[in-house]
Amino acid sequence: MRNSTWREYIITRLIKLSGYSAILFVGLIFLFLMQEGAPALIKIPISTLFSTRWYPIENKFGILPLIGGTVVVTFGAALFAVPLGLATAIYIAEIAPPWVREILKPLVEVLGGLPSVMLGFLGILIVTPFVRTTLDVPTGLTAFTGALILGGMAIPTIVSVAEDALDTVPRTYRQAALALGATEWQTIWRVTLPAARSGVLTAIMLGIGRAIGETMTVMMVTGNAPILPTGLGALFRPVRTMTATIAAEMGEVATGSVHYHSLFLIGIMLFLISLVINLAAASVVFRQRKRAERILS
Amino acid sequence: MDELRSGHICWLSSILLACMLTAACSRSMTEDLSRSSSDAIIENKGSDTIVNLALAWAESYQDSHSEVRISVTGGGSGTGIAALINASVDIANASRKIKPEEQAQAEANGVLPVEFVIARDAIAIIVNHENPVDHLSIDQISDIYSGAVNNWRQVGGEDRPIVRLSRETNSGTHVYFLEQVLRGGDKNDRTLFSTDTLLLPSSEGISAEIRQNPNAIGYDGLGYVTEDLKVIAVSLDATGPFVLPSPETVDSEQYPIARDLYMYTAGEPTGEIKAYLDWILSSEAQRIVSELGFVPITP
Repeated sequence: MRNSTWREYIITRLIKLSGYSAILFVGLIFLFLMQEGAPALIKIPISTLFSTRWYPIENKFGILPLIGGTVVVTFGAALFAVPLGLATAIYIAEIAPPWVREILKPLVEVLGGLPSVMLGFLGILIVTPFVRTTLDVPTGLTAFTGALILGGMAIPTIVSVAEDALDTVPRTYRQAALALGATEWQTIWRVTLPAARSGVLTAIMLGIGRAIGETMTVMMVTGNAPILPTGLGALFRPVRTMTATIAAEMGEVATGSVHYHSLFLIGIMLFLISLVINLAAASVVFRQRKRAERILS
Repeated sequence: MDELRSGHICWLSSILLACMLTAACSRSMTEDLSRSSSDAIIENKGSDTIVNLALAWAESYQDSHSEVRISVTGGGSGTGIAALINASVDIANASRKIKPEEQAQAEANGVLPVEFVIARDAIAIIVNHENPVDHLSIDQISDIYSGAVNNWRQVGGEDRPIVRLSRETNSGTHVYFLEQVLRGGDKNDRTLFSTDTLLLPSSEGISAEIRQNPNAIGYDGLGYVTEDLKVIAVSLDATGPFVLPSPETVDSEQYPIARDLYMYTAGEPTGEIKAYLDWILSSEAQRIVSELGFVPITP
């Protein structure tokens, strides 16, 4: 008897520990980033930091173009991936006959597992010339090209998470809606989707997270020119993202130099951006729950 | 949903971490390798311009010296020199001279870099075959890359926008091009690349874009120029003579954009490393240099 309570105790503790380890790791990563990145704030004058020129070998550390680049590419990718991803998820979960579903689900997951270097290579050889000739822009290495491919990479993430969320909506909800005379589309749009809203939101956030964090592909297809994006036209010009900058320059810097610290500062900003996105998503999900609880009580 | 969200945070941060640590990890791994059996392995890292040449040398040398293993990796001149400073490689390849800051850092780390000129290289200016422009002066190239000239019409071509392609800033070719072409070798000149210059991570990225884009101009080591790219004849003055890059024109110093390629060792080389470097400077190894489209050094 004693033996089994002991075992129980250890197992519960281990599970608890692995649960908390996520918090621990995030905390440690943040501390590490702060330690390596904070000196940049002291060594680089604020006016330089918020200038518009990034050229580290001449001590020009303006990070605005890099932030702008990440925002433009991520926004473009979301614009493209969210509607397509959600539509696919709805089709797979609600409309497709079982045999189509059996084929589509694993295929989408395979798509999600494609290595990003390979997609980047396809981007250079196929998407880039296509974008240049169809849109008649000087070069096909643009934020738009990056957004297209990143969107494609985010879609599998969005589809599989959103599809799982739609799947967990009780069948009785749909039956009730249909029984009340709602059409299939009304049921999906007014009942199933709102009921799965928190899961769908998580899917979108995960998709956007994938787009922000992606490095290799954007480095290969966006041209990496640190131009400050202004206006909508920026989508069709080359950009340099924060991740691509870190990846391209990390190998070169001498440990402890201003450039080294500035790259970690970019890391801190990426960290903060993803934190804000997560908090925003969490707060929306939380509000949703409270209202649902009110209705139930 | 909760476990999904914390998984999400974890996932995002691991991407972040992976981005930042890739460089650090790969560095420390090579360090471990070279330490475990430094007598038989020569770690050779750096310039992407030199990497093919260094590989060819390593293969040829290992054929006749089976007791030596040479591991060659690229990454850029800056990367190689940084690795030498951190004592994680035996030989750093560089397509530019070591910078005074790097020299100082190395000395602070107790490393004394010793320089060897191992070959010469011409930097070819390349465009798409559809582009009618076939010659440019150094000043015109400088104006194109600094952003003063933005249309091919201004340098005798068609009415097309100019798309400038360059290697990343960790490339020795980038630094050489900035100092010798954009600034014409003038140390006080502070001209920079135009902001909209595309910085591509590899030679292949540049070739791929030029192959399909008639607006583009790029530069790369002569050894990397393939048939499907058009090479521009270059002159020092606007009046000419305009010269195409080749081993002969580099050797006779007619082609103006040519440079030495270097290897750096930590301190005077000894043992296997010294034997390898001696062999590199021999006529047998220098034959491989011309086979790969570089220019051999004549002792």
